[in-house]
Order: sequence, then C-alpha cells, then structure tokens
Amino acid sequence: MKLFKTLAVSAAVALASTSGAATAGTLQDVQARGELNCVVTTGVAGFAAPDDAGRWAGFDVDFCRATAAAVLGDGNKVKFIPTTGKTRFTVLNSGEGDLLYRNTTITMSRDADLKLTFLGVNYYDGQGFMVPKALGVTSAKELDGASICIQTGTTTELNLADYFRANNMSYEPVAIETNEEGQVNYLAGRCDVYTTDASGLASTRGTFDNPNAHIILPEIISKEPLGPAVRQGDDQWADVTRWVLNVLIAAEEAGLTQGNVAGHAAKAGSNVDINRMVGTEGDFGSMIGLDKQWAVRAISAVGNYGEIFERNIGVNTGLGLARGLNAQWTNGGILYSPPVR
Amino acid sequence: MAATETSSSSNPSLFYRLFFDKELRSVTIQVITMALIFAFFFFIVNNAITNLEAIGKGYSFSFLWDASNYDINQTLIEYNSRSPHWRAAVVGLINTLLVAVAGIILSTIVGFLLGVLRLSSNWLINRVVYVYIEYVRNVPVLLHILLVHGIVVNTLPIPKNAMMAFDGTLFLTNRGFYTPKPLFEPAMWAVLIAFVIGVGFTIWFKGYAKKVQDATGKIYPVLWISLGAILLFPIIVFFLAGVPLTLEYPELKGFNFKGGLVLRPEFVALWLALSLYTAAFIAEIVRAGIQAISHGQTEAAFALGIKPSRTMSLVIIPQALRVIIPPLSSQYLNITKNSSLAIAIGYMDIVATIGGISLNQTGREMECMTIVLAIYLAFSLMISAFMNWYNKRMKLVER
Ligand SMILES: N[C@@H](CCC(=O)N[C@@H](CS)C(=O)NCC(=O)O)C(=O)O
Repeated sequence: MKLFKTLAVSAAVALASTSGAATAGTLQDVQARGELNCVVTTGVAGFAAPDDAGRWAGFDVDFCRATAAAVLGDGNKVKFIPTTGKTRFTVLNSGEGDLLYRNTTITMSRDADLKLTFLGVNYYDGQGFMVPKALGVTSAKELDGASICIQTGTTTELNLADYFRANNMSYEPVAIETNEEGQVNYLAGRCDVYTTDASGLASTRGTFDNPNAHIILPEIISKEPLGPAVRQGDDQWADVTRWVLNVLIAAEEAGLTQGNVAGHAAKAGSNVDINRMVGTEGDFGSMIGLDKQWAVRAISAVGNYGEIFERNIGVNTGLGLARGLNAQWTNGGILYSPPVR
Repeated sequence: MAATETSSSSNPSLFYRLFFDKELRSVTIQVITMALIFAFFFFIVNNAITNLEAIGKGYSFSFLWDASNYDINQTLIEYNSRSPHWRAAVVGLINTLLVAVAGIILSTIVGFLLGVLRLSSNWLINRVVYVYIEYVRNVPVLLHILLVHGIVVNTLPIPKNAMMAFDGTLFLTNRGFYTPKPLFEPAMWAVLIAFVIGVGFTIWFKGYAKKVQDATGKIYPVLWISLGAILLFPIIVFFLAGVPLTLEYPELKGFNFKGGLVLRPEFVALWLALSLYTAAFIAEIVRAGIQAISHGQTEAAFALGIKPSRTMSLVIIPQALRVIIPPLSSQYLNITKNSSLAIAIGYMDIVATIGGISLNQTGREMECMTIVLAIYLAFSLMISAFMNWYNKRMKLVER
C-alpha cells in the first residue's frame, strides 16, 4: 500500500505543481537563469538579424540588450529566439521567451484577447508597398489584379484585405512565413508587390543587390505602432521592461548619451531629470526591483533611443530611415516618454 | 483506497495472487496500465484547461462565425475576407482533399509503372528505376517540395513573357500554369445522362456476359463494349447535341492572366513532389507484390492453356493485389498526412487556413488544433475503412 500512497501523492504533487500554480516572477526567473530570453524576428536587417560574425544586431535587438544590462548587468546575456509572425506570441505565452521585441503592432485583440501586455511604442510605422520600378506603377491604387507577397499571422494580411476591398480591387495573396521567403519570392517574380511595415520594406530593399530598381509606393495604408510585449499577469516584470524602454527615450530627450552617462552617474549634477535617471537622486530602481544603476547600465550598453535609431536604421545606414514620427515630441515627432519621477 | 486496504488485509492471499498468479497478474497489469493512461490524459486535459483559465481564455468555438478578415488565393468555393472562419476552414479542407486525391491518383499511376519497370529484364531500365527509387525514398519529402517549388518559381518566366504551348491553350509562368476553362451549356445535361446510361448498361452487360460464359463458355469482349458504352456513346451524344461547351481562354490582363483554369506553383510543387515521392514507395510495394506470386502459378496457368494476357489478369494480378493493397493504403494515408507540409510553400490547405492564419489571428490554438486533428483523424479512418473493405473483397475465398 505504501507504493499506492506514494504514487497517489506524487501524482497529486505533479498535478498541483504544473497546473498553473503561481511560479516566481519573471524578473527572479531571469536573474536566477542569468540570461534574458528575447523573442525577435527570423531576420530583418537593421531590426534584428545576426551580423557577419553571427552576433545578433539591430534596433529591436538593442532594446533586448538594454533590458539585459539593466536586469543582469550585461547586455550580452541575452538568448535571442527567432520567430515568425505566426509563432511569436506562442513562444512568449508558453514561457519560452521573457520579452518580445519583434516589429509587433499593438492591437486591441492582441492586448486583450491574446493576453499580452504591451509596454509602449518603440517605432511608429505604417504598412506600405514595394514594387519593381520596371512595372511602372506609381500608386497603390494601380495594383488591381496584382500578386502580392504577404507574411501570414500579421496585421499586414488583414490590412491588405481591407484596403483592396475598400478600393474595389482584386489581388492574389501569396502567403509566406518569413521575410527571407518573401524576398526570394518577390525577387523571383512570384509576386509583383511586397507589402509589410514600411520599415520592413526599407530593410528588405536595403539588402537587395540593386535597391534602386525598386520603389516604395507613397500610400501608407495603416497605423502600425510597433512595440515590445510581455505575458499578461506579471506586473513587476511589465514595469521593469516598460521603464527600460521609457528611460531610453527619456534619456535622449534629456541629452543623456552612451558617452556621458558614466560622468553623470559619478556625481549629482544640476539637471534633476538626469539625476533621477542615473540614480544620484531618489531610488527609482528599487521601485521596480532593481538597483540605482539600472538605467546607467542600460544606456551604457546601447546608448539612448536616438543613438540606437541612428546606429541601426537611421539615414546613414542601408535602411536610410528618417526620424519622422519617431522624432522626440520636442523635435516635431510623437515620441513622448512619461517622466521618470 | 479504504476499500482496497480492507479487502487486501482481510484476504492477503488475494492481494498476493493479484501480483504473483500468472493469470491474474496479466489482468492486474492491464488494469493498472489503463488506469495510468486515463490518469495521464486526465492530467493533460485538466492541465490545459486550468492553464487556459488561469490566463483568462475559455474553450469556445464561437469565433468560427466571425469574419476571417483574410484572403486566400486558391478557393474552389466562394470565399472572401468577409466570410467566416469556418468557411476558411472549408476552403482549406477542399484544398487538402484536392492535393491528396490528385496525389493519390498520380502516385498510383507512376508507382505501378515504376514497379513493373523495376522488374524489367532490360538491365538499363531496371537500374535507372532502381537509382531513381533509392534517391527519392532517401531524401525527405519536404526537400522535394521546396525543390519543385524553387524550380517552378525561379526558372519559369513571369506572366508577361509566358511560355506558350499548344497554340495558346497552355501558358507556363512562375505564377502558375494556365489552360482554357470549359464552360458548360445547358445541353451538356444530355451528355451527362448518356454517360449514366453507359455506366448502367456496362454493369448490366457484365453480369449478362458472365452468365453466358458460365452457361456456354462463350466469351464476349466485355472491355471493348464497356469502353464503347461509357466513352464513345457520350461522345457521340456530345457532338449530336452540337458541342454544348465553350472554352474560356486565359488572357494576359495587367499583372496577371485572367480567366481560364490555373494550377498555382504551390499546388504544382506540392502535388508533384508528394506524388513522385510516394510513387517510389508504391513502386517497391508493387514489385514485392508481383514477386510474391510464385512462378509456378504462371506455369500452371500456361499448362492449363490459359492465354498469357488472361494469366496476368486472372491469376497473377488478383493475387498480387492481395499483397499490395494493405501497404498501399498506408501510402495513401501518408500522402494525405504529408500534404500538411503545404505550409512550407504557402499552399493554403487546412493547416494553413484554420490551423494557421485563423489560429494566429484569433489566438484560439486549442480550438483550431482540435478541428485540424479531428479532420486528419477522420481522413485516416475513412481511408483505412475503405481499404479494409476493399481488402476483404479481394481476399482469397478459402473453402
Ligand atoms: N507589424 C506587423 C507585421 C510584422 C512583421 O511580420 N514584419 C515583418 C517584416 S518587417 C517581419 O518582421 N518579418 C520577420 C521575419 O520574417 O521573421 C505585425 O505585427 O503583425
């Protein structure tokens, strides 16, 4: 009978432990593991892609690194998990990933129904169209009857259906899984048009042998506020990750850079905004379960928002994206971080 | 628990026997195994439900009636982005069936051909087929699919430079193969009726011919008469009715061909790759089936004065089929299941529609996966049931 009892007890224990009983918070999990699992794309140059040396680099990647620096003290302690448009939320929700930075549009259904918590916007975008110049098309309104490559599991495919319907045009959707597959099909002429977020188009075009043979049409057919997300239900982890994003944006506004952050952190200065961020005034880190140096580490690792932008996707990169909407609100854009105070 | 405890303590010999008596032990083991299996499934299902509830997700199929909001390129029934998700599922289901049935037909034809050639006494043919079979069988089918898709998309021209064949009746492009589409006029009914009559006549005639043969030994050319009734008769009616059929020719308009029938590269790639892959397995099955019939059977038939062609159709093939059919049915199952690799090249089958885009856009993983699983299970059971029935019919009647 002992055996039976043992079995029954062990079954009960197994049942209780796996059936959703609250585990330690994600912050503690990440710190115990010593590594941040960050969910990114399978490869969008400039946003998240392995470089020649096999090291992940890009705009989204740098936000992951900043978070790892704040939480673990080292921007390299990140495991990047490449996902397609379809797998990204499952990977996050199953607990395989801790944080998602993957050109992901904030929508109500993703927030409320897919049970994600969005942390803010790190890139204001919209959906565009790219066509070979040789087609002679100058407007999206001329695309009636075209074959269009779209990534499945995205807002892209939904917007596209709405747009063509509203304009009474037909098209042949060619469903693809990854950006890479999209490029291959588009360049082979399987589709006339490639559509995705305008930033993604710039990235894709930038990797072509002859970028000038392709144009991006003027129409932007949707709002795509791209932002990071975490699983719903862990408020502390959401706070940590949200404020890492906010502080990178606020740092740019305040003039805090990768170069000068160490100096500011050494001694309290006259700018109290900066003092609060670098921990020489108040203890904002402890409010989110970190120490006073959390923001200093994040900014030292990758720089402020503007530096991240220019290094990865700015006008001097292959993508050549202007700040546009993504300029600070003080600079004609709509980037606007809540204050650290 | 309590009950077991009292009974085991009041009658220790029974408890002892449950584990050490040979007969009882096997029962005990089965009971325990079943209990563990039930416990396991209960655990999994319970776990899933608890976890779904924990994050506030129920288990409900009501989303199936919401608008899908996405478009599909290959739709054999009316469908657009305002159609509900269940309709997208049906579109996917039809696409799965289409490629599975087309694959089963092509793989059977090619497989039987290869199987027979594999037994050819011509050394070269024999070896070439052998190499083909071994190569195809040993490369994963996914690679075949990607390869064919890559070839179609990368080597064929874009629509503007389409390759034209058969005087404008076939256009080859990397967007698909376009042919004229037959549009039926009302008088086509007459042809259909003629066909039905032809089939009915054939069934009757077969019975009649058998009766005559049993009674008198006289053999009618059943095959030719049947072909005449089923094919020739409707064709004659077709012409008498004044060719009630018009062809809609594909035409290049703007970006693409419009009108006509199109086989998209995704379909072509999946169909050819699945068929050629499975044909290699079928060829081996056919070869084994034919070789399983001992040569003595042929010699015995010849000794009885039966013609070689009749020996084949009356002695060898019926017996070989008995060996061939069971493994063949599992190949048909494989084709159906492997068609789910469609997703790799964007063919919109059941996995890509309800199990892919719908799942992703609604976040109803459990529900969508339940539907897909149920459908594949139904396919498999149906094919097995049919094959069992056929197998039973073909079985040797033992006296
Ligand atoms: N913002 C849209 C589209 C996101 C998307 O899939 N973008 C593409 C192009 S920018 C991408 O990230 N592809 C990455 C990959 O193929 O892994 C969404 O959230 O649904």
